[in-house]
Amino acid sequence: MATKAFAMSQKFCDLQSPMEPDFVSAQHLTGTTVMAVQFDGGVVIGADSRTTSGAYVANRVTDKLTRITDKIYCCRSGSAADTQAIADIVAYHLSVHQLEIGEEPLVKTAAKIFQDLCYTNRDQMSAGIICAGWDRKEGGQVYCIPLGGMCLRQPVTIGGSGSTYIYGYVDAIYKPNMAQNACLEFTKNAISLAIQRDGSSGGVVRLASITEAGIERQTILHNDLPKFSVI
Amino acid sequence: MSSIGTGYDLSASQFSPDGRVFQVEYAQKAVENSGTVVAIRGKDGIVFGVEKLVLSKLYEKGSNKRIFHIDRHIGLAVAGLLADARQIAEIAREEAANYRSNYGGPIPCAVLADRVSMYMHAYTLYSFVRPFGCSVVISSYDEDGPHMHVIEPSGASHGYYGCAIGKGKQAAKTEIEKIKMKEMSMRELVNEVARIVYTVHDEVKDKAFELELSWVGKDTEGLHQFVPAEIQEEAEKLAKKSLEDSDSEEDM
Repeated sequence: MATKAFAMSQKFCDLQSPMEPDFVSAQHLTGTTVMAVQFDGGVVIGADSRTTSGAYVANRVTDKLTRITDKIYCCRSGSAADTQAIADIVAYHLSVHQLEIGEEPLVKTAAKIFQDLCYTNRDQMSAGIICAGWDRKEGGQVYCIPLGGMCLRQPVTIGGSGSTYIYGYVDAIYKPNMAQNACLEFTKNAISLAIQRDGSSGGVVRLASITEAGIERQTILHNDLPKFSVI
Repeated sequence: MSSIGTGYDLSASQFSPDGRVFQVEYAQKAVENSGTVVAIRGKDGIVFGVEKLVLSKLYEKGSNKRIFHIDRHIGLAVAGLLADARQIAEIAREEAANYRSNYGGPIPCAVLADRVSMYMHAYTLYSFVRPFGCSVVISSYDEDGPHMHVIEPSGASHGYYGCAIGKGKQAAKTEIEKIKMKEMSMRELVNEVARIVYTVHDEVKDKAFELELSWVGKDTEGLHQFVPAEIQEEAEKLAKKSLEDSDSEEDM
């Protein structure tokens, strides 16, 4: 989402239209690659671990897979501050909602609350979120809520600046009804490919799978990532 | 059992020495003076039957309905002051619409029951308002099956398999307890509910009445609807017939 060229063009925009508030062209932009895949019985989510401020890597071991409830997580891309704030608010609303309904909340409910916040505040924010998890009514679900605040359920979705480099890979490899292990492999490969090409993505690959039993997380260090190309 | 709460019954913000809030009890009396509501939860749906007492032949048939639709999947039947009940129905509709707007889905029956009870209870706390003079039954059907709750003027709410409120409630409850409702389909329950309402209707005191029937369940795909005219006609015919049969038994 934030390449160097984009950041530079924002600076020129600032010179040409002084009406723009300065935080729009400020340098704290976070590149990312995030991904979520649905399988029968749950979802697999994955992300890189790089947070940047311009060329500086502010955090090389970021956890972009954030807990909303025990079985609903979100993958954050865009502004770190915005997405952390939104995730906190959604987690708060869902915890109260859980007390009211007396059972675990639905993933659709979490996605709706994300959408409300992202759409209502779309002008002030820069947040691309993937909300994914498991609930007893619909099983595994993935919802993508990109910049403008749209909310769409998809079987597989990718996000962040690094995602642009792996659309072809995802389109070619994804098949419906993949098993859990195949989804984990697929996600790991896709994020590794994105890390290789996107300067704003890097570090380790964090994977997690969420099922009825809860979440199982893993971290794959950079040396252990699959290698695809010598060029 | 009537008792006079002299001096402690002037406002809902007063307890009596024996720990009762008389205004709330008087509100419950308003419910007991109204036409009976019978509601039964079967294995795949819920049927409401309301004995709507008709005070004048000049009234248009079907006016002043006592069953309301709340969202698409919830029905609400009332006993008591109809004007008070209309406000409850409006509140229930707002809560259901807000829930859908905030959380992206239909409101579960138990959650709506909680919210309506909180609202009705609020009116029992202050001296400058009076409690609602109505009890409401709400029902819905979703993937987890049928659900039914009753909320009284005090704000207390319970989940039920079978319930009756209004003037004929004692007689109706006796009839309801005889029915094996957990094994019956909603189609079978329509006839039972109609029969019970006809049975408890007092011909001497209350002359004319209209029977309102509504249902929600598997056959309506979770939508709350008034029972179709043919089914209602058949149910009323069977109900009248069973009344005649039981009357003729008494002669022997």
